[in-house]
Amino acid sequence: MPRETTQAKRMWRTFKKNRTALVGAIGVIVVLLLAIFGPFFMPYDPVEQHLLDQLSPPSARFPFGTDVFGRDVLSRSILGSRVSLAVGLVSVMFAVVLGVPTGILAGYKGGLIDTGITRVVDVLMSFPVLILGLMLRAAIGGGFIGLVLAIGIAITPRFIRLARAPTISIREKEYIEAAKAVGVSEIRLMFRHIMPNVLGDVAVMSTLWIALAIRLEANLSFIGIGIPPPTPSWGVMIRSGVDFLTNAPWISTIPGIFILFTVMSFNLVGDGIRDIIDPRLQQ
Amino acid sequence: MIGYIIRKILIAIPTMFVAVTIIFLMMRVIPGDPATAALGNYASEIAVQALKERMGLNRPIYVQYIDYLKGLAQGDLGKSFVNRNPVAPLIRKVLPYTIDLTLSGILIGTILGIPLGIITAVKRNSSIDYIFRTLSLAGLSFPAFYSGLLLMLVFSVYLGLFPSIGGGDLNNVGDRLYHLALPALNVGLIMTAYITRMTRSAMLDVIQQDYISTARAKGLSENRVIVKHALKNALISVITVIGLYIGILIAGCVMSEIIFSRPGLGKLLIGAMKNRDYNMMQSILVIMTGIIVVVNLITDIAYSFCDPRIKYE
Repeated sequence: MPRETTQAKRMWRTFKKNRTALVGAIGVIVVLLLAIFGPFFMPYDPVEQHLLDQLSPPSARFPFGTDVFGRDVLSRSILGSRVSLAVGLVSVMFAVVLGVPTGILAGYKGGLIDTGITRVVDVLMSFPVLILGLMLRAAIGGGFIGLVLAIGIAITPRFIRLARAPTISIREKEYIEAAKAVGVSEIRLMFRHIMPNVLGDVAVMSTLWIALAIRLEANLSFIGIGIPPPTPSWGVMIRSGVDFLTNAPWISTIPGIFILFTVMSFNLVGDGIRDIIDPRLQQ
Repeated sequence: MIGYIIRKILIAIPTMFVAVTIIFLMMRVIPGDPATAALGNYASEIAVQALKERMGLNRPIYVQYIDYLKGLAQGDLGKSFVNRNPVAPLIRKVLPYTIDLTLSGILIGTILGIPLGIITAVKRNSSIDYIFRTLSLAGLSFPAFYSGLLLMLVFSVYLGLFPSIGGGDLNNVGDRLYHLALPALNVGLIMTAYITRMTRSAMLDVIQQDYISTARAKGLSENRVIVKHALKNALISVITVIGLYIGILIAGCVMSEIIFSRPGLGKLLIGAMKNRDYNMMQSILVIMTGIIVVVNLITDIAYSFCDPRIKYE
């Protein structure tokens, strides 16, 4: 498929020229490397309590200080990257698996099915994602899996809407008519002929919504209904430091910098790719 | 126009109805029952059953649902599952704090965001543009509780200018504003990030229109082109579309109320969630949804007033 290659090459060239996207991509790679390999290079065991070094400020021994139990903030922040990325990636994947086929079904079938799905999606989208996440978290309960499900379902309506819109126009294309005429089943039509055309948009928006999922996890963990302790999540770490803001601000501020860096990197990449896809916005 | 407004209202009613139903159902599938939560884990089965009966939890779910809808239609939000007090007065008590925070947040966001959006659009691809675009992207990336925490660290812990917690005395305007300052700044800065981006893209959209080229070709000064021709048209869409950020605004307020221990709907919601006070949770969620649906409706109508083409879509 030589044409696609040139298109991909063209996109890559534009991407390289887009400085913000490039900076974001480097950030995302750094975070991914940190999450994958970081835990092998942690200076201390993240749950080990150094009881003689409680609340000790950043030093050569503990570069980012220790928390109230004497646990190393750097090691915990590094492990936290694994938790946050895992939640972000898995919940977005879940939302894709649930949302994309539903959106295609709504767009392809039309009629009552479409009206029903669209109405529910509209209502769910009118809730702020934080509030929807809160409700779902309360309703689902559970530990890591429950959290991933809650965040995944909270962002699913976005993927349904994203997949539905192009399906409606693809449905009318000649090659779909042709496939129908030769007797291709509806399921096959939706998955083999329509889905590949929708996945491009889905891949792009996933980048932005991974950032959303990571932020949502941090919010829920900060409220105290996210990742159950003692697993270090950035949100949980920030929360544990709030009471020591006056004498040990590093406990809260350091993990916050990790969140900010991660979310911003994903946002930069998402923004960059959007510029490439919609050159009108490129300015 | 009247027909359009009526149609929009008619769409908003089923939306609200579906939202109330979703909230009701979600509150019913929450694991653990409220009676056990209210009495504690060591309560006898008889006591739990008696309380369940009194709370009406033993009735079939559709009966509970119909009762709930009837109550809502009469403005009765029911009683708290935990302390059996009516929910409505509790909500009324904290509502002014949340209203203060949302209004001041949107005000700060608009005052800072619109000029920044215009400057970045007019000076696009300059260093000012890059700086503020990066800052607004940072604003979108900040979890609201973390930005609140940093503001608290700087303005109350280090500088000691503002209190870090509480909502102040509602009857004392000075005290109320004093306590509002940091939470409002937090919500306001987040809104600034969104509004800056939106204004910038609306301005760029307008600047690329043919009538702007015509205005330039006529030999008008750049200032006149921007202020008289571009700004007017961009602002209409910006001001009306700000309404669509109500969800982000509410979420920002919830997190700010928590970090600043400020009374309000958000703090009440999280407290209810932790106490498994599902009736309280349900009522707060319905009120929040109601606010969002109404604001969206007003936004739609306002937009159609400003841009009559919308009606025909």
